[in-house]
Amino acid sequence: MLHTINKSPFEKNSLESCLRLAKPGHDILLIEDAVYAATSGTIVSELVEAAVKDKNVYALGPDLASRGIDEARLLKGIGIVNYEGFVDLAVKNDKVQSWL
Amino acid sequence: MKFALMVSEGPYTHQSSDTAWQFAKAALESGHEIFRVFFYHDGVNNGTRFTAPPQDDRHIVNRWSELAEEYGLDLVVCVAAAQRRGIIDADEAKRHGKDGDNIAPGFRISGLGQLIEAGIEADRLLQFGD
Amino acid sequence: MSEPTVKRFMYINRRAPYGTVYSVEGLEVALIGAAFEQDVCMAFIDDGVYQLKKDQDTSATGIKNFSPAYRALGDYDVTRLYVERESLQARGLTEDDLMALTYEDEDDDWAEKPSIRLVSREELSGLVDQQDVILHF
Repeated sequence: MLHTINKSPFEKNSLESCLRLAKPGHDILLIEDAVYAATSGTIVSELVEAAVKDKNVYALGPDLASRGIDEARLLKGIGIVNYEGFVDLAVKNDKVQSWL
Repeated sequence: MKFALMVSEGPYTHQSSDTAWQFAKAALESGHEIFRVFFYHDGVNNGTRFTAPPQDDRHIVNRWSELAEEYGLDLVVCVAAAQRRGIIDADEAKRHGKDGDNIAPGFRISGLGQLIEAGIEADRLLQFGD
Repeated sequence: MSEPTVKRFMYINRRAPYGTVYSVEGLEVALIGAAFEQDVCMAFIDDGVYQLKKDQDTSATGIKNFSPAYRALGDYDVTRLYVERESLQARGLTEDDLMALTYEDEDDDWAEKPSIRLVSREELSGLVDQQDVILHF
């Protein structure tokens, strides 16, 4: 299953709710304001690091760049994909769920 | 792969319509098919031809119309959500006694059943919203 | 002639009623979708559990009270409304605070049964994984 999250973890609990229900091996793609969750040193970093251990966590490159987030600021283990990669993730997983 | 997209927010206020369009473009350029793009909730506001955004920024509505024309996309605006928000075509305008219509080129107004059908017919249904 | 496709649809509701339109327009999707004879269920988590709270009185706000519409779900074959226990507890609610929504089980002599099924987070995770199409409202 591919989960996409688009809201900042500091604005809304979508990241938290998603990670509560997602299963090991699932793909998680952070897009739009949710890419802030991929940065290190935040109050949700521990939550995201735990997710990286048993799920595949990605951030959408164009949204990182729009927000001035340098790759060096990202947590370890976060993959970066562009829109083509987003499409590939949707193809690879047999279903997609958008945590709004 | 056959995709269906659901856009749940209007232009500019949320990034949803932008992300959906970028996904659609990437999917089509990779050779995938898009069965339908269904606009619901405030997403119906992507279907008005009366927007006049600043010239130095993207024209979200026109971009959808152009993508639809290039790839023969089916852009569907939900009739119930459209009625609540004032997105209207000529037939609906006549039915409701309105003095004009505003639907943008490439968009059509239809029922919620089109969303369910999209979920049934497509291999993947993606949602873009808030 | 091939059989028509039947997919498992789940509508996940995470938002409270009235503050935004998503719950009422989400309910409309569930009701309209019934005509397509798909396998439909709904989940209520986070603030979505508030949609099922009984005694909603909107008269002073001027907004239409759409909570009675949930009663129609049973007639439209949407008979499984999964409510996440942890979300209820976090909000100081119990099952007694929710509307008594029922359906008539045609396989059991039309016996009236509750549509609301309280599930744990873990159980819900498993249920979501079984679905083909998942929409969030």
